[in-house]
Amino acid sequence: MTSDDQKASVAISDHDKVADQSSGYTLSFKHEYSLSERFQRFLQAYPVAAPSIVLIVAVICFSVVVGDRFLHPFNLSLVLQQVTIIGIIGVAQTLIILTAGIDLSVGAIMVLSSVVMGRMAIDFGIEPSLALLIGLCVGALSGLMNGLMVTRLKIPPFIATLGSLSVFLSLNLWYSKSESIRSQDLDAGAPLLKWMGESISFFGANITYGSILMLLLFVVVWYALNWTSWGKHVYATGDDPDAARLAGIQTDKILLSVYIVAGVICAIGAWALIGRIGSVSPQAGTTANLDSITAVVIGGCSLFGGRGSIFGTLVGALVVGVFRNGLALAGVDVLWQEFTVGFLIIAAVSCDQWIRRGSA
Amino acid sequence: MANTETTPVLQAKNLVKRYGSVTAIDHANFELYPGEVLAVIGDNGAGKSSLIKALSGALVPDDGEMYMDGEPVHFSTPMQAREMGIETVYQNLAVSPALNIADNLFLGREIRKPGILGSVFRMLDKRKMEEMAENKMKELGLLTIQNIMQLVESLSGGQRQGVAVARSALFGSKVVILDEPTAALGVKESRRVLNLIKEVRDRGLPIILISHNMPHVFEVADRIHIHRLGKRAAVITPKSHSMSEAVAIMTGAMEADGSTPVE
Repeated sequence: MTSDDQKASVAISDHDKVADQSSGYTLSFKHEYSLSERFQRFLQAYPVAAPSIVLIVAVICFSVVVGDRFLHPFNLSLVLQQVTIIGIIGVAQTLIILTAGIDLSVGAIMVLSSVVMGRMAIDFGIEPSLALLIGLCVGALSGLMNGLMVTRLKIPPFIATLGSLSVFLSLNLWYSKSESIRSQDLDAGAPLLKWMGESISFFGANITYGSILMLLLFVVVWYALNWTSWGKHVYATGDDPDAARLAGIQTDKILLSVYIVAGVICAIGAWALIGRIGSVSPQAGTTANLDSITAVVIGGCSLFGGRGSIFGTLVGALVVGVFRNGLALAGVDVLWQEFTVGFLIIAAVSCDQWIRRGSA
Repeated sequence: MANTETTPVLQAKNLVKRYGSVTAIDHANFELYPGEVLAVIGDNGAGKSSLIKALSGALVPDDGEMYMDGEPVHFSTPMQAREMGIETVYQNLAVSPALNIADNLFLGREIRKPGILGSVFRMLDKRKMEEMAENKMKELGLLTIQNIMQLVESLSGGQRQGVAVARSALFGSKVVILDEPTAALGVKESRRVLNLIKEVRDRGLPIILISHNMPHVFEVADRIHIHRLGKRAAVITPKSHSMSEAVAIMTGAMEADGSTPVE
């Protein structure tokens, strides 16, 4: 027994006497904690803290190493543009991971939706806003399919979405005939689909509408998660589904709604994707599934569900964006960018394990 | 102490539940009176958990009647029992560790803000819920002011059980059912939960306590319902019988009147 342990046990037993004597406070919530325990608890209570610290340190380091080129508003807005797609898909992925699931098909849903939007507008000459709406419906249907597999067929999310990843990508190649829709054709037939690529400029920064859309999505989903019953039920379902059911929550309904919402968000990501690359390509964004998981995990979300903050994902995506951009500006080879991102993932998950151990 | 002249808060008459050839509840009777702690004890397989499930709506009996305050009631889901004011705290610490105390108390029964914020934007009235949670926890002597936002996972087993009991006390307007509340707890934590049970009882809420732990039962119960072979074998009080007599009735070694059964 270490001296700390002894102190703690003495404190507890002292407290017990007090607790037993006074009928008022039968259960006390007072304990004494060491510094590392306090830090652990701080990270537990504020999941955004850890990735935020990493982001701030990274920004400081790169501004010292690379200098003004890194801190220039144009470069910072470039980072924001670079993380827009992953940020949006990350919102969908966060919702799924909060329910202790994982979605490997998010990128595929996005590409499929973008192809449907593009073909509807260009090849079939449908009103672009209607084409956009049809694309969103494709996203919702894809999410519904994932959700039904998870809730009705009881397939583990990893396997269910591994299957739908292949299904959606095949549909995407079949429907697009593996052909892109050129930028000029979009300009002529459906400029609305490229609207998310437009930007507003100030102080040399270029903020695209896509980036603004991403930030808006974060705010909306943050509100839904923190200020509505639905959000509380999403957390409870991911945290302990049995306890949630006993509390009267219909966990299958919650799961289904989460997969559908995630599908719609992926389709919104499709709109931003068309704006970002300026065309519709069946090959675009296929790594978005793993990149979004990276952002969510670095953002401090627990893969075991119920723990994490939506803004953590934004910070996680920015951490990846800042590292890639900063290392590129510093002239570091691309392979070391990959190395760094890999290292960050492992560090983030170890951090999560450490926090969770503290709660046992 | 219960007055047998009054109407029972919760009553069951001739409940029957069969699973194929097995009769889990065999014409069982049950009464819970206002303001009492009624312990339900019985050997494993005596059918006490089936009885409790029937009372909490988790099981629909094949036959028999149930009454609340003398009015006939019928539950087909736990939700219906809950709406009638019967709250159950389950054995396996049914709280969500990653949510804070206030969120846990209102989980599944959140309060929305009045007006357009609540109806259109579905906004939760966090302040109101936190206030109510804090008042309830303080009323039950469960915590000091600053802790209502604490995550449940940072609490010990007994404190978590405290949160679960507080939740039932907050919403259980008629009856609180506690299923083995001390089974997973250490000695000191059990003590705190027992104090809490008395606290809830003193506030006028009758409690059904299912427990295997005889010393706990004899400490807090006003009356003890002994279940045996699917029905009520006896109702005793801690004053009228000793623990070993209770065990003897439970196992069938003794009749409730003290005589040895004639085989």
